[in-house]
Amino acid sequence: MSTTAVDTATAPGSGSDAVPRTKSWRATIGLGIVAALSLLVFGLGTPAGVQTTFTVSSSTDFITLPSITVPAKAAAVTLSIIALLLVGWVAYRANQYRKVGIWLPIVFGMVVMGALLTWAGADRSGTTIQLTGLLTSALFLAVPLVFGALAGTLCERSGIINIAIEGQLLAGAFLAALVASAVGNAYVGLIAAPIAGGIVGWLLAVFSTKYWVNQIVVGVVLNLLVLGLTSFFFSTVMSDNPELNQPLNMPDLAIPLLSGIPVIGPVLFDQNLLVYIMYAAVIVIQIMLFRSRWGLRVRAVGEHPKAADTVGIKVNRTRVRNTVLGGAVAGLGGAFFTVASGLAFGKEMTAGKGYIALAAMILGRWSPKGALAAALLFGFADALRVQLGIIGSDIPSQFLAMTPYLATIFAVAGLVGHSRPPAAEGIPYKK
Amino acid sequence: MSDGKQDETPVDSTPREPEGAAGEPDAGSDQPSRAQSVLREILESSTLVVIMAIVASLAIGGLLILFADEEVREAATYFFSRPSDTFQAMGDALGGAYAAMFNGAVLNLNANDFAGLIKPFTQTLTMATPLIFAGLGLGIGFRAGLFNIGAQGQLLIGATLGAYVGFAWHLPWGIHLLVAVLGCALGGAVWGFIPGVLKAKTGAHEVIVTIMLNYIALNLVAWLLTLDTFQRPDSNNPISPIVDETAQYPLILGSEFNLHLGFLLALACAWGVWWLMERSTLGFEFRAVGANPRAARTAGMNVSKAYILVMTIAGALAGLAGSAQVLGTEKVLTTATAGSLGFDAITVALLGRSRPVGTVMAAILFGGLRAAGPTLQVQAGLPVDIVFVIQALIVLFIAAPPLVRSIFRLPAPAHEKEVAA
Repeated sequence: MSTTAVDTATAPGSGSDAVPRTKSWRATIGLGIVAALSLLVFGLGTPAGVQTTFTVSSSTDFITLPSITVPAKAAAVTLSIIALLLVGWVAYRANQYRKVGIWLPIVFGMVVMGALLTWAGADRSGTTIQLTGLLTSALFLAVPLVFGALAGTLCERSGIINIAIEGQLLAGAFLAALVASAVGNAYVGLIAAPIAGGIVGWLLAVFSTKYWVNQIVVGVVLNLLVLGLTSFFFSTVMSDNPELNQPLNMPDLAIPLLSGIPVIGPVLFDQNLLVYIMYAAVIVIQIMLFRSRWGLRVRAVGEHPKAADTVGIKVNRTRVRNTVLGGAVAGLGGAFFTVASGLAFGKEMTAGKGYIALAAMILGRWSPKGALAAALLFGFADALRVQLGIIGSDIPSQFLAMTPYLATIFAVAGLVGHSRPPAAEGIPYKK
Repeated sequence: MSDGKQDETPVDSTPREPEGAAGEPDAGSDQPSRAQSVLREILESSTLVVIMAIVASLAIGGLLILFADEEVREAATYFFSRPSDTFQAMGDALGGAYAAMFNGAVLNLNANDFAGLIKPFTQTLTMATPLIFAGLGLGIGFRAGLFNIGAQGQLLIGATLGAYVGFAWHLPWGIHLLVAVLGCALGGAVWGFIPGVLKAKTGAHEVIVTIMLNYIALNLVAWLLTLDTFQRPDSNNPISPIVDETAQYPLILGSEFNLHLGFLLALACAWGVWWLMERSTLGFEFRAVGANPRAARTAGMNVSKAYILVMTIAGALAGLAGSAQVLGTEKVLTTATAGSLGFDAITVALLGRSRPVGTVMAAILFGGLRAAGPTLQVQAGLPVDIVFVIQALIVLFIAAPPLVRSIFRLPAPAHEKEVAA
């Protein structure tokens, strides 16, 4: 992959990271198109004089809030205009050779999604947009993506490309279901899952650092291997002994007081243990990676391994440890599919979530908090797809399913923000 | 098959000669005998590594089969009182599995007539056809330094366009097939062009873009199959009408066998790709860009153009792989048309070391594994997934020759070769 590293460095507009001397209008154009479409389709496409109702709390909540009903057209147009104003801000900053923070794409995404929801829910008497339910399922669906993206961040910051996130998730899901069923306790699955993911990560690390095999090749092949192995054992051992693959559930643990807050409470603080582990993982990895000596060393290995080696950091040992750790994190995320969702293991049940996690990592610019934001956005798109299916929207669910992938292509093409991977990524370190 | 030698010679033997002599201080006093050097040559060759990798993978596959076998596990519970039972069960399980593989992929020894005897091998070739097409395209990409993970999406879009031509247009015999095949190639080419142009113009990493395009293609086809234009009129399932008979690949061995004209087209494409990469200026540019894009640019080559062309050609070939599905074996378009072909083609191209002859051989090997799937299921009661495990293991071993050498205690070559791309 040295070829691509060389090539991106010489490509126009990407090598000048420290002092951007060229005005980059890509972000302006990319976001501008989306905002204009939002105004045309959602704003002007909504019939006048109808209303959209958002339900924000269910009757069982501690504090019940009334439903919010807004005039659909005015709301959709207003939201689209806000989106256009955000584009204006991007253009203004671009004119001054400056970049915008990561908050902008997030706010932009939320505004456009809001316009979409208003448009989709317009003029549907009897059905309302369940805002709290939507956000709850968005967060829940984002869980494997967050873990996967964290895993990718850990590996790639040390210079190992982790395409095997998909395999690590699947391995984690499989072992979690197997061990939890054998023991009869869902929580044991949370201990088994990281072990499975860690083994896949270890294989990736060994082939990448010891045998210098192209990391993308190993990643793709490991995904196929894990898929084959788990499917094979699913069809043989698990189907011969159904007691080894049972749906086990992890109950939601409501945090007292915090879960009583309207909207935010049930969304954030009435989830199961895996979600709380996710909060902790994002915070710990964010701080460790950017504020600790360990993190500095990891990033040094990922950016300039020779310099790191010169000052006495063991490059390959760091990479192996990080990749195993990353694999374990992804494996833990795999537990989402089985024990944390109350489902038995099924063939190919991760269904490409590992690749979306990879996308979330890129969109989040190789940082845990960015990964969290991107994963939440993707989770939201997924939850929205389900919700729109329920209210019977005309918008084909397949198009909503496409949005994470399209957003990623826009991101890597530099139309939204600017993505720059760690410099030494994918290059084996040979002394 | 002279081309195999043509492209191997400049790569391995040239640098090996001088270093091989220098790397043997023991043999320095007197000249090593001819037999010895021939033996050493064989032991160091990558062909032996390939064979050993296949052996090792089949062996590990065998262990899995043993582990999953009900009778073996049962006999193992009283292993210490009657170990012979365990070995008996192990022998039965393994023998059954390997026999089923042979019967399903090479020759069916249980058949009554000649046609039945050779039918498995023709089935292997049929299964290999899409893998040859897609593997060839990916091989071009690998040699040009591009990691195209998007054969899956390119195949699907190609298949969509080809299938549409096949069932919606009603053209005369001959022309219809030609137009449908071109449709497949065009669809794939468009889906390959997108990552190519993004890579060339914005530097977007092709691995990421192609992975994302795979899923976009899948969703796009899923949506198309809900429309009246694509959905079969008498069905609520996402399945297209059957393509017209005039647009189907003719069966080349008669109606008794599934082998169709697509296989010959695939072989022709293999020759075409060999010519392109080894004999044409364009192919030289592709290889130069793959070896060192900066040097290629300095030498006055248009690297951007090369990236776009490579991806477009690779996409067209992946689209032709789609034609083997919709115009050959399946005759309809579904969301499952691509199966796991796109990813399997990556393993085929890697195993074939991105060379046309190697790709054809690798595709036939993996086609055989796929053809053996149903027989394994029926005769040995094994799920077809074992085939994918073996396939992944083979590629993993081949990607790391030192690993295979250390397992089988083979001597290390004097000149360590780079693996694929």
